[in-house]
Amino acid sequence: MRDIRIAGGQGFYGDTPTAVDALLADGVDYLCLEALAELTLAILQKDRQRDETRGYTRDLPAYLARALPFVADGRTKVITNAGGINPTAAAHAAIETARKLGVSGITVATVVGDDLLGRLPTLHTDRGQALTHLDTGEPFSAFPGSPLFASAYLGARPIVDALTQGADIVITGRVADASLFLAPLVYEHGWHWDDWDRLAAGILVGHLLECSGQSLGGNYSGDWWALPHPWDLPYPIASVAADGTAVISKPGGSGGRVSTDTLRHQLLYEVHDPTRYLSPDVVADFTSARFSDLGDDRVRITDVRGTPATDTYKLLLSAHAGWAGEARVAFSWPDAYEKAKATAAILRQRVEMAGLQVDEWLVEYWGVDALGGPTVPPTTHEAPECTLRVAWRCADQRTAGLVGRELVPLTLSAPPAGMTGAGRGGGSATELLSIWPTLIDKSVVDTEVRVVVEEVG
Amino acid sequence: MAKLSLRELCGYRSGDKGDIANIALFADDDETYELIVREVTAERVKEHFGAMVRGRVDRYEAANVRALNFVMHGALGGGGPRSLRADTLGKSLGGALVRMEIDVPDAMADRRRARPDVSWADEILARNAERTSER
Repeated sequence: MRDIRIAGGQGFYGDTPTAVDALLADGVDYLCLEALAELTLAILQKDRQRDETRGYTRDLPAYLARALPFVADGRTKVITNAGGINPTAAAHAAIETARKLGVSGITVATVVGDDLLGRLPTLHTDRGQALTHLDTGEPFSAFPGSPLFASAYLGARPIVDALTQGADIVITGRVADASLFLAPLVYEHGWHWDDWDRLAAGILVGHLLECSGQSLGGNYSGDWWALPHPWDLPYPIASVAADGTAVISKPGGSGGRVSTDTLRHQLLYEVHDPTRYLSPDVVADFTSARFSDLGDDRVRITDVRGTPATDTYKLLLSAHAGWAGEARVAFSWPDAYEKAKATAAILRQRVEMAGLQVDEWLVEYWGVDALGGPTVPPTTHEAPECTLRVAWRCADQRTAGLVGRELVPLTLSAPPAGMTGAGRGGGSATELLSIWPTLIDKSVVDTEVRVVVEEVG
Repeated sequence: MAKLSLRELCGYRSGDKGDIANIALFADDDETYELIVREVTAERVKEHFGAMVRGRVDRYEAANVRALNFVMHGALGGGGPRSLRADTLGKSLGGALVRMEIDVPDAMADRRRARPDVSWADEILARNAERTSER
C-alpha cells in the first residue's frame, strides 16, 4: 500500500486561497480545507439569518476554482467543512463553480445531519439528551433564550461513505477539524473503526494540518524572524503510511520551516488534556507520539496511541447575548495614560447622564497593559503614547450605538490631543453571541446523517 | 538561586475553546523541562493572571515534546463571539505567561533566548520609503 499524501490547504474562513496552488503543484492525493471555528459558526449564523441561501464559507468557490483542474484530472480529491451551517447551499455553489469552469464528470457529495437546531426540543424532552453546559455544568433550563444554531461535531465516517460512493469533492457542515484529514486515510488504507492507534495517528496528523501555516512557522514563538519567506508561508503536507507513520513536509522550494519545534507548537494548540484528545472517531494520546527530525524540512511521527472513542459528539449551541460597541482614542505624550483614563471616566459619566443602560464595560489601555492585564508589572516609566479602547455591551442595538455617540463631542471637550477612531464594526453596534458547548449521544445523531451524491454532468 | 523570566527559557502558544484558554509552554532541553515542571505550577499561573482568569487553572504534562499545557477556565471574557476584549481568542496569553519570573539555579541565570533580528524587514520598509519619495 503506497503512502497517501494529504494537505492542509485552509486553516480558517478568510485564509488565502492562493496557498493551495503550491500544494496542488507538489502533488497531493487529498486537499483538505478546514474552514470552521466557534466564531465562524457564529458569523455564518448571522449570514443565514439575513439570507437563507447563505450560511457556508463564501470563499469556497475561490478554493475550488484553483483545485478543480486537478480534481478533473483525477489527481486530487477535495474534502472540506466549508458547508458551515448550510452544506446543501455550499454544494450548490460548488457545482455552479464547476459548471462555470466547464468541468464535468466529477462527483460532489454533501454530508448533512450535523445541524440539530430543528430536532433540539425533541432530543431534549423525548430522547433524554440533558444538553448540560460542558464547561460550567449549568442545566439546559438555564440556556439564555432560544438557540440560534446547534451543530454536532461529526466524525470521519460519513466522509468515508462519500469517498466509497465515488466522491471527488466532499462538502460537510460541522465535521470535527481533524476528522476531515482522518477520513481519506481510513478510506485509502482500509483502517478499521476499532484500530485505535492508527485512527489516533490520523487524528494527530489532522490536528497538525488543520491550522495551515501554524505548523510551519506561523504564530511561532521560536526564531520566527529567521524563517525563510515569511510573506509567503507554505501550508503543510503529510505523507501517511498504512501503519500510521507520517512524515510532515512542505512544498519543494517554499519558505517556512518544518521541525519538531514548529510542529510541537501546533500539537498542543487549543488542546486540553493531551493524553485524551477527544475526537469523534478516537481518543488520541498526543503524549505518546515520537517526533524525529529527518532534516530538509521533514519530520517523522511514530508511535501514536489511541483508545476507544466516546459515545457522544460535541454539540455547539449559540444564543443571542446582546449588542456591543467600541471606540478607540489615541493619546500623545505627555501624560498619555492619565489622559486615556480620564477620557474613559468622562465617557462613562456622560453615558450615565444620558440615561443609557450599559450592562458591561471594558476599558483597555493599548501600549500599557491592554493585552497583558495584571501580568504587566507596575512601572514608573511613562508610556510614550497610549490608545484607549472602550467596549460596552447593551441589551439593544440602538442603545449600543448611542453610547458610542457620547464620545464624539469629547473630540473638542476632553483631555488634549486625543484622536478618536472607530473600532469593531466601524463604529456601529455588533451582535454578541454566547456559545454553549455540550454533548449529545451519537446514537440519536447518526440516524439522521446522510450523504447526498450528485454528479456534475 | 536567581530569578529569570520564562521568556528566556521557553516557547509558547495559546488559543481558545469557548471561554477556556490554553497555553502550551515549551522547554528546549530536559533540564529546563524539569525546572518548569517544578516551578510553573497551576497555582502560580492562576495567581499570575489575577482577575483575567476567573475560573480554575489545570496543568497537563506532555514530556514527549517537553511541554506543559495550562488550561484556564473563564479566561476570555465569555468566549470569542461574546467577549468585549480586543484579544477575543486569547492569542496573546502565551506572551503574557512568559512574563512570569521563576527561581532558577545560578548555573542557568545567564540563559537568554535569541532576540529578533529583523534587518530584512528594515530593508523592505526602506525600499517602500524610497518608492514613496520618488512619487
